[in-house]
Amino acid sequence: MSTIIKLKNINKTYYNGAPLHVLKGIDLEIERGELVSIMGASGSGKSTLLNILGILDGYDTGDYYLNNELIKNLSETQAARFRNKLIGFIFQSFNLIPFKNAMENVALPLYYQKVSRKARNKMAVEYLDRLGLKAWAHHMPNELSGGQKQRVAIARALISKPQIILADEPTGALDSITSAEVIDVLKKVNATGMTVIIVTHESGVANQTNKIIRLKDGFIERIEDNSGHDTSSFGIQNIK
Amino acid sequence: MLSLLYEILNSIRRNKLRTFLTGFSVAWGIFMLIILLGSGNGLKNAFSAGWGDMLVNVVRIYGGRTNIPYAGFQSGRWIGLNNTDMQFPVEEFPDEVNFTTGSVRLGSKNISVGTEYLVSSLEGSTPNEVVVAGLTIVQGRYINELDMREKRKTIVISQRTKNILFNTGDAIGKTVNVEGIMYTVAGVYSVKDQQNLTGAFIPLSTAQVVYNQGINISMAALSLSDKINDIPSNDEFMQRYKKRFAQQHQISPNDDNAIWYWNRFESYLQTATVGYVINIAVWIIGIFTLLSGIVGVSNIMLITVRERTREFGIRKSIGASPASILTLVVVESIVITTVFGYIGLVCGVGLTELLAGLFTSSGDGLSIFVNPTVDINVAVQATVLLVVAGTLAGFFPALKAVKIKTIEALNNK
Repeated sequence: MSTIIKLKNINKTYYNGAPLHVLKGIDLEIERGELVSIMGASGSGKSTLLNILGILDGYDTGDYYLNNELIKNLSETQAARFRNKLIGFIFQSFNLIPFKNAMENVALPLYYQKVSRKARNKMAVEYLDRLGLKAWAHHMPNELSGGQKQRVAIARALISKPQIILADEPTGALDSITSAEVIDVLKKVNATGMTVIIVTHESGVANQTNKIIRLKDGFIERIEDNSGHDTSSFGIQNIK
Repeated sequence: MLSLLYEILNSIRRNKLRTFLTGFSVAWGIFMLIILLGSGNGLKNAFSAGWGDMLVNVVRIYGGRTNIPYAGFQSGRWIGLNNTDMQFPVEEFPDEVNFTTGSVRLGSKNISVGTEYLVSSLEGSTPNEVVVAGLTIVQGRYINELDMREKRKTIVISQRTKNILFNTGDAIGKTVNVEGIMYTVAGVYSVKDQQNLTGAFIPLSTAQVVYNQGINISMAALSLSDKINDIPSNDEFMQRYKKRFAQQHQISPNDDNAIWYWNRFESYLQTATVGYVINIAVWIIGIFTLLSGIVGVSNIMLITVRERTREFGIRKSIGASPASILTLVVVESIVITTVFGYIGLVCGVGLTELLAGLFTSSGDGLSIFVNPTVDINVAVQATVLLVVAGTLAGFFPALKAVKIKTIEALNNK
């Protein structure tokens, strides 16, 4: 297996008022095709880490290699190109464009790849079909339930056939049943060979992943192999 | 490009209120501007309409009775004009006077053709009078130099006279009977906005011979050159002229009763000043109207862009470059402002044209509005200005919006 993400001594400080050193030298490698979760208390730096992985935010020092390319000091335009080609995002608040229907939302990444409208809409319907939402293709986001919205967002993340899927609290706004459905979808996505990284504070979600990265106060506290899916809420093994 | 337009159309269609507000402020700004400029123009045109096609820079001179005894003459002497009053100004003030005309009034005469007749004033006239009086020759010609030299019995009649005497038939070359003297019709004239004139003109030289006028004339007119272009130069020239006139007719240079003149240029300048002031007032108000339109559009664009910050964040997170988002905003605002600007333009021009039609049909040049329309170039320029302003108003906040970090834009609620 080849490495898709490689972080070397990543540091990030926010300068809003008093400087806040959020990431204090993160070293991390993620292999292609892994299903990884990042856990940590709020303020532990997990969202910041995900934003850096997704090139939504920059870092101060260190090196970040994505797909063997150094991601450092990119212009917004370059960053946009990388995001479009390599990364699919899933957000807690779905981030669908409210005035576009499900199909148009899913098709949007292809608009920025200059795919014709007909072709991208056809593909969008295909992806919605795969997620069981074909009948809702022409519904507006406010006509969909939370679970449906998240599945639309997943379809949108998948349509550009990215290398990695980054999910920031994908179940944060969902009830437990729809959460399970969404995680199920992500596992299926991972089964096709796509790398999936999920940021969550729910142990139930993390337990579904094969590797758990625990962050604390800007450091990686530990990385657990969870291929047995037997992690408890508190990280204590084998309580069943 | 087509894809971009579709994307924009989609956004416009799904955000009707936003589109309407932006569009309305543009359309309303243009509409008000055109109505305003149109009314101003109407007012201005009404002021200058009284001048018709007359030559403006003209002084008409009439004789009078002396008030001051001079050179052995008692006061109360009648000072009449004669042919020399048409000669000396051209000879002695060549820089100021382009040409002169003169006429002799012959009173009302009965003009008839067969059984048709009318009573009309008759005047001996010179060729240039056609320009000075602003006559439009409808058929044939006016009195010419040959008529003058050969003292021909030609006559120029008005359109109305022609209609009475000849009905719809042709008048040119036909003979009319003026109380026993036969004249050949040389031309038919009309005057703008005045349909009921009946006066007839014959050559001055003919008039002086046929009606025993000697070399007398009733009125002389001086057409002034471009050198006389304001009140001071006009006053200065009139002083010199009056002095020379007094010498010519042996009257006191201070005798204001022996010479009467009507300086058309002076009253024209006053009218022109009023027109100029109206023009400036209208433009000032117009510019402020346009400015308030620009402020309106800018405000809405500003709010629109702020409101869309999160959408831009979403677009960027899935691969939109800052340039593509800027293009989206700018083209969208161009489309909206252009379409609605055009609507405002059409409505405004439509209304002014409607009013123009209304005022034209309501009377003969006496209304306070004449042709209250706007130069279409001005209207188009104003629209373009508003489109550019709207676009810039969208561009700068959009530039700011795309500079916000994607992650911050995404968290913008």
